[in-house]
Amino acid sequence: MIRSDRILGVVVVIVALAFIVSAYNLPAGNLFDKLGPKAFPIIVAVGMLVSAVGLILRPDPEADWPEMPSLVSIGFATLVLIGYAYSLKPLGFLAPTAVAAAILSYQISPRPLPAVLTGVGLSAGLFIIFKYALGLGLFALPRGLLG
Amino acid sequence: MDLFANLAIGFEVALSPMTLILAVVGCFLGTIIGALPGLGPSNGVAILIPITFTMGLDATAALVLLTSVYYGAMYGGRISSILLNIPGDEPAMMTTLDGYPMAKNGRAGDALVISGVASFVGAFLATVALALVAPYLARIAYKFGPAEYFALYALAFATLGGMASNNQAKSALASFIGLGIALIGIDNNSGFTRFTGGNLHLADGIDFLVAIVGLFAVSEVFFFIESHGKGSAVGVVLGKVTVPWREIWSTRWTMLRSSAVGFVAGVLPGAGASLGSFMTYMMEKSIAGKQGGFGTGVAKGVAAPEAGNNAAAGGALVPMLTLGVPGSGTTAVLLAVLMTLNITPGPTLFADRPDVVWGLIAALLIANFVLLAMNVPMVKVFVRILQVPPAILLPGVTMISFVGIYSLSGSYFDLLLMVGFGVMGYIFRKMDIPTVPVILGILLGYQMENNLRHAMTLSGGEWTYLLSSPISIGLWIAAALGFIAPMFLRRFLRKPQMVTD
Repeated sequence: MIRSDRILGVVVVIVALAFIVSAYNLPAGNLFDKLGPKAFPIIVAVGMLVSAVGLILRPDPEADWPEMPSLVSIGFATLVLIGYAYSLKPLGFLAPTAVAAAILSYQISPRPLPAVLTGVGLSAGLFIIFKYALGLGLFALPRGLLG
Repeated sequence: MDLFANLAIGFEVALSPMTLILAVVGCFLGTIIGALPGLGPSNGVAILIPITFTMGLDATAALVLLTSVYYGAMYGGRISSILLNIPGDEPAMMTTLDGYPMAKNGRAGDALVISGVASFVGAFLATVALALVAPYLARIAYKFGPAEYFALYALAFATLGGMASNNQAKSALASFIGLGIALIGIDNNSGFTRFTGGNLHLADGIDFLVAIVGLFAVSEVFFFIESHGKGSAVGVVLGKVTVPWREIWSTRWTMLRSSAVGFVAGVLPGAGASLGSFMTYMMEKSIAGKQGGFGTGVAKGVAAPEAGNNAAAGGALVPMLTLGVPGSGTTAVLLAVLMTLNITPGPTLFADRPDVVWGLIAALLIANFVLLAMNVPMVKVFVRILQVPPAILLPGVTMISFVGIYSLSGSYFDLLLMVGFGVMGYIFRKMDIPTVPVILGILLGYQMENNLRHAMTLSGGEWTYLLSSPISIGLWIAAALGFIAPMFLRRFLRKPQMVTD
């Protein structure tokens, strides 16, 4: 039976093998650094291998994954956060924060008006706290607009 | 006596107005963080770290602020345990067992006061014990060479991993993944770039703060999206708060015993506060016997776990400060703070930077009194804050995490990594893979490799050197026991499940 423990185990095995291959290309140690840069990574990768194989051979009962709609909304939240990460610099603090916070808020509790208010409130409130109370160098608006 | 001279140094640092203000602010924030379900000491401290740095606080000030948050969160966790039957953080889980029944019996106020006093007793005694024990341990730590340190790190992984999950393979996997992440970037000894896949952003390595905030804070928002913020159950109404002196006095031995046991549980690497509260509750339950009425809402049932987990919080600082090896998730986060501030914890810290160590201890003693005042007479303020809906709280936490990390590095790549760690944290926690060993691996990986390489260079490549001193042999045996023993003890030490009402 395929369980998520086994899938993760296989992924980790692949990563560990990649680690070992990549480590072999590193130079061996010398008199002043007996082990060199390759020994410890190989130890760690072997440890990953052994525990991942353990996981494949004896997986736990399947984890309690959420239903499809929840998975979709978690995936969507991830996309929102990635978009937020990219937009923080070019678009300034206020607009991306308000949008991202409103979407997350709506996803936790699906009521549109409170979600929008949360987004706007958090964006403005946090900006004031960060900028004026804590003195962080944030840009409120896209830098282009300020000339 | 040394101790008083040292404490005098400490109070000189701690009694400056700035430090006092930071301690009070930290206690206040900490209590809120602890009380809010979904935010515990480790993610609370994690969110605040980047902000602390961008504020430009010096080492002592940053440490005082963040440890006050840590202590505060340990106090605050009980509030939602008692009122909502939801532990505000993991160590407060045992407090639900008697705290919530007490609240349902209309004695919420009494439960809060008794547990508040118990928290104070536990935390205060543990801080005193920290001041007494830590210098001795620091002296022993001078005998540690690279082989001993390598064994010590192995011990930390073994015991923390052994305790943290119900499946040893998963704990081991988590530790090795953490170590693997730590290896990414330029190798400081040889100058070779390792495992970056040619990505220039990765050449400096992955900042452990990014990993910590992602794993602990960002992953939380996914859990709330999944549950739609349900689980924030309707709470019990809190009436007038009075101090039940007689009942507090009746729990005096419970508090003292639990403080002692909790402190020891905290000092052991890996055990931490959750185990402290679990052990003390079970101990008091068996001492009280059937007539004790544990589980029905008795004073001793809230006093024991609260004294236990707060004492463990103090105890966990001992190995962190003296050896540089964290005893719990939150102390791992605090270790990250020290490392970012370029302070190397360990025996030399006590000799080189007495102002940091003793300033911290003195500030913690003061923080305890502040916390007692906040958590007994002012407890109603925090009960009101509990009513902040998760739909505002969690987006706020996420945005603070983003701004914190962004203001540290100004790089969108770190933000993407943080989101990645958030997803990883969600998946791992769903699969019952502990995330604390991952953090520990990222934090200690560099030191662990360095000590191993140093040891091998000293010995000319002879691996038996790792087992050449009694200290390192003892540490390896302890590591093996700490990893294997929980497999057999699991039947008795099963992690307590949430109480369903």
